[in-house]
Order: sequence, then structure tokens, then C-alpha cells
Amino acid sequence: MANIIALFRVPKLSYRVWKTWMRNKDVFMKTYKTNFLPSLLEPVLYLLALGFGLGGFVQPINGQPYIQFIAPALVAVSMMFSSFYECTFASFVRMYYQKTFDAIIATPVSIEEVITGEILWGATKSLINSSIVLGVIIIFGVPPTPLFLLIPPLSFLVGLLFSSIAMCFTAIVPNIDSFNYPNFLFITPMFLLSGTFFPLTSMPELVQTLAQVFLPLTNAVTVTRALASGNIQLSVLLNLVWILIVTPIFVVLSINLMKKRLIK
Amino acid sequence: MTEILVKAENLTKKFGALIAVDNINFEIFKGESFGFLGPNGAGKTTTMRMIQSVSPLTEGKLTLAGMNVKDNSREIKCMIGVAPQEDNLDPDFTVFQNLIAYSRYFDVPKEKAKNKAEELLNFLQLEEKRDVIITSLSGGMRRRLILARALMNEPQILILDEPTTGLDPQARHLIWTKIRSLKNQGVTVILTTHYMDEAAQLCDRITIMDNGKIIEKGKPSDMVKKHVGEEVLEVIYSKESMDCLKNTFPEARIDVVDEKIHVFTQKPRGILAKVLEETSFKGAAIRDSNLEDVFLKLAGRSLKD
Repeated sequence: MANIIALFRVPKLSYRVWKTWMRNKDVFMKTYKTNFLPSLLEPVLYLLALGFGLGGFVQPINGQPYIQFIAPALVAVSMMFSSFYECTFASFVRMYYQKTFDAIIATPVSIEEVITGEILWGATKSLINSSIVLGVIIIFGVPPTPLFLLIPPLSFLVGLLFSSIAMCFTAIVPNIDSFNYPNFLFITPMFLLSGTFFPLTSMPELVQTLAQVFLPLTNAVTVTRALASGNIQLSVLLNLVWILIVTPIFVVLSINLMKKRLIK
Repeated sequence: MTEILVKAENLTKKFGALIAVDNINFEIFKGESFGFLGPNGAGKTTTMRMIQSVSPLTEGKLTLAGMNVKDNSREIKCMIGVAPQEDNLDPDFTVFQNLIAYSRYFDVPKEKAKNKAEELLNFLQLEEKRDVIITSLSGGMRRRLILARALMNEPQILILDEPTTGLDPQARHLIWTKIRSLKNQGVTVILTTHYMDEAAQLCDRITIMDNGKIIEKGKPSDMVKKHVGEEVLEVIYSKESMDCLKNTFPEARIDVVDEKIHVFTQKPRGILAKVLEETSFKGAAIRDSNLEDVFLKLAGRSLKD
């Protein structure tokens, strides 16, 4: 029991959380050209194949053409993929293969600050990538409104959520191949079943409820779609509150799990 | 007047059932170069990691400059430079960027860091590699860069965990020269090694560790003299030689290592040579005794095991 409580102990942090963030930013800037291309191409492919291709056979959803329905979901999906990838595969490489964390904790930067910096960087990747996708969907004809300006801050928050969930997996997997499990059992189902490509209302009620309560992406998609369409219902507040409550829990848990893994 | 910089009292570290460091005590003085000698798995690196305030103690007390590693980890990390055994240079950066990125963790101002990095590249003869991605460096260059990185925060204490393991002789000597020069500048050097020659070359005082315990400490030369005398006679093993040597040196300690008989005697230098003139043994040679012999005597086996 004491062990479990220890996993939720709020760590002491200082401004040094930005030190690892800056390190990762510097590396990113060295290779930004190769970094930007995939995040630009992927949504274009989805919009072409699903929006234009498949969309021609799909009736409008809530009065929206299909492409307008999936476009905001693609923005939310990019928040998930970019931050989850960053804090699983990329963080694992830095931790396990490059021993970057070992090098940094020999300096005044603590392990708690290193991990927080990684999560902040994951959230930043979410911000960068989803902003690119946001630009793409505007080019593809989704009319921008002032509410669009709230999507980048949202993407940072959603990025924190998925980065910290990812970091929990990174703290417990024995090797890099083990990430296949969260990928296939968690990320892929979420990608398909979070109201991304069809409205959740077409699912059985039980599935709807489960998706709302347990799938982070459902909440992210709902809020993003509300901001993008301008059709904001009061229930969106619940989705936002869900994210605001769950994120700090996973942030704290992931830091303590990583500390347990690395401080021997 | 010697000032105690590092003091360990009943220092113990357990990993589950394994006792990696078993109730050891030592003091390291300011400005000296202090070595932990022992085979792999003796507990040297674990001790280093506790001094660095990275690994928490299981039991005992450890202070640096009067500060407890438990409570002052940040302050302690500011005053030490660490060259770890494992190569953890940042492969995403060039040589120069590695130094700059590392200095940022210590809040070294940018201009100062740049000057310091240039100075250290010069000191460790790496200027030509300044803008090279580190994956293309040789083993010796990487060790030098790790040493340079450890110096970026101008540490009072330098921790070197096996600084020359796996390097060729030239690369080793270059690093030894640099370590000596740092010591002359007043830096306290704490190093681990499993090379006796390295310990003898670099350390004012050493402790020999085995199985998590300190089995001897002191000046390398005193230790050799005390335990194994000045000279060792080595003879290729045969039963006849063995019997004959036992008769000739009744008071000496005689060991067999790697098919060779080692005769340790406290007799003064020159006596062995006289004996050799009178008798003829197969493959006989006299050499200066060293720390390896000390370890052999104290641990009952070779250090290379």
C-alpha cells in the first residue's frame, strides 16, 4: 500500500524541467526538415482517401460533409500520435540506448525534472504537429474561426496527457519491442473508436459510455471538434474537465514510475 | 593540514539480496588523488554512484565537503565532475555541442561555456574534432571528450570511473597525463580502476575492494612493500622446482598462478638474484612486485578474474 501511495507522491520540481526540453528542442531543430514532412503528408493522405474518396459515399453527418467531420478528428489524432510516439519510442531510445538520462542526472538536474522535461517536450511535439495538421485542414476547405486559436493550447494539454501515459509505458516495458502492446491494444483501437471516423452515437450505448470514460482520445476529439465546428455544447466542458483531472494524475505517476526504474 | 573532503561511515548498498557495498569506511583528502582498485563487481562503481549522490545509500553516512549526500544532492552535483564508465555522450550532437549542452544543465552562462569548451577541447587535444558528430570518434577521443565534459562546470572533485578501460597504450598515457595535470591544478581526483599500473601511476592513496568490502588501504608503494616485498621471483611450474624453492625459501609465501610459481619474500632487493645464480630454474625471472601481487595475496586470487 505504501508503495502505491509513493507512486502518486507529487515530485519537487524547479525551472530545470526546461533543461531536457531545450536539449530535445535543439536536436529537433537540427533535423526539422525531415521532422516536418511526415506530419504534413499523413493528414493530406487521410483527407484525400477518406475525406474525398470515401466521403463521396457517406451522407452528411449532423449536416456536415464527411471531410468536415473527420478533419478536426485528424487534428486530435495527430496530438495523440506525436506525443505518444515521442514519449515511448523516442524517450526509450534516449533512456536505454543513448543513456542520455544517466548523463543528465549526474548534473544538478534531477530525474524528476528530466522526465517532466520529456513530457513537456512530448506536449510540444503535439502542439507543433497538430498545428501543421490544422493548417492542412484549413487548406482543404474547413473554414477557420477565431475558436481555432484555442486548438493549439488544447493540443499542448492533450499532448501532456498522452506523453505522460506514454511515459508510464516507457517506465515499465522491458524492451523497445514491447511498445507493440500499447500500440495495438490501446492506441489503434482508440484511433478507430473514439468518434474519429464516425459519430460515437452510431455505437451501442454501453460502448459510447466506455469510450467517454476510458478513452482519452474520445475526450480530445470531442473538444477539438467542438472548437473547429463552433458547435459547442455544455457537455464539452465535461470532456475538458476529464482531461484536466486525468492529466496530472498520469504526469505524477509516470515521474514516479520512471524514478523507480532509473534510481537504483 | 589536510582537509577531509569526502567521508564515508559504514557505507552500505544493497540491491535486493545482493550486498554490493558492505559497510565500508574511508576518507578522501582535499587535493589528493584517491583510487578504488578491484575486480569487476567489487562495488567500486556503486560506491562512485553514491558519492555522486545519484544512488541512495541503504545504510551509513556519506558526506562531501560536510554536506550529506542525502540532503544536498543538488549542491554536491554542482561541485563534482563525473566521467562515467559507460559512454553516455549525446549522439545527436557534435563534440562542441555536447560540451555546450552539458554546461547548460549546470546553468553555466552561454559565453562562458563557449570559452570553457574551446579551452577544454584544446587541453584534451580535440580541437580538430570540434564539429564532428561524436559517432565518428575513436574510443580514446570519446574518453577524452567525456573527461572534457566532466570539467565543464569547473569541478572541485573529479570522479573517473575506469577512465582508460579498453584503450590502447598511447590513448591511456595521454589521459593519465591530463589527469595528473588536473591534480596539479588542485582538483581532487577519485578514480576506479582494475588496472594496477593505473592505480600505481595516478593515485596518492588507494583502497582495494573485493566483494563489496575494503580489504586494504594506503599508499600503493607502502602496500606493496608491506604485503609482498620489493621483488618477486617467478618460475615456470614443475614439481621439482616447487620442492626446491620451498627448501630454499622456507619463510617465503609461495603461490602458483597461471602455471607459474610466485615467490614472495620480505628479503631485501638483490637476495633473489644471488639465489638464481646458484640454482637454475626453468623460465625464472625476477621482477618488481606490484599491486596485482598484493591483491593476489589478500584476495587469494588474481585481480583479472
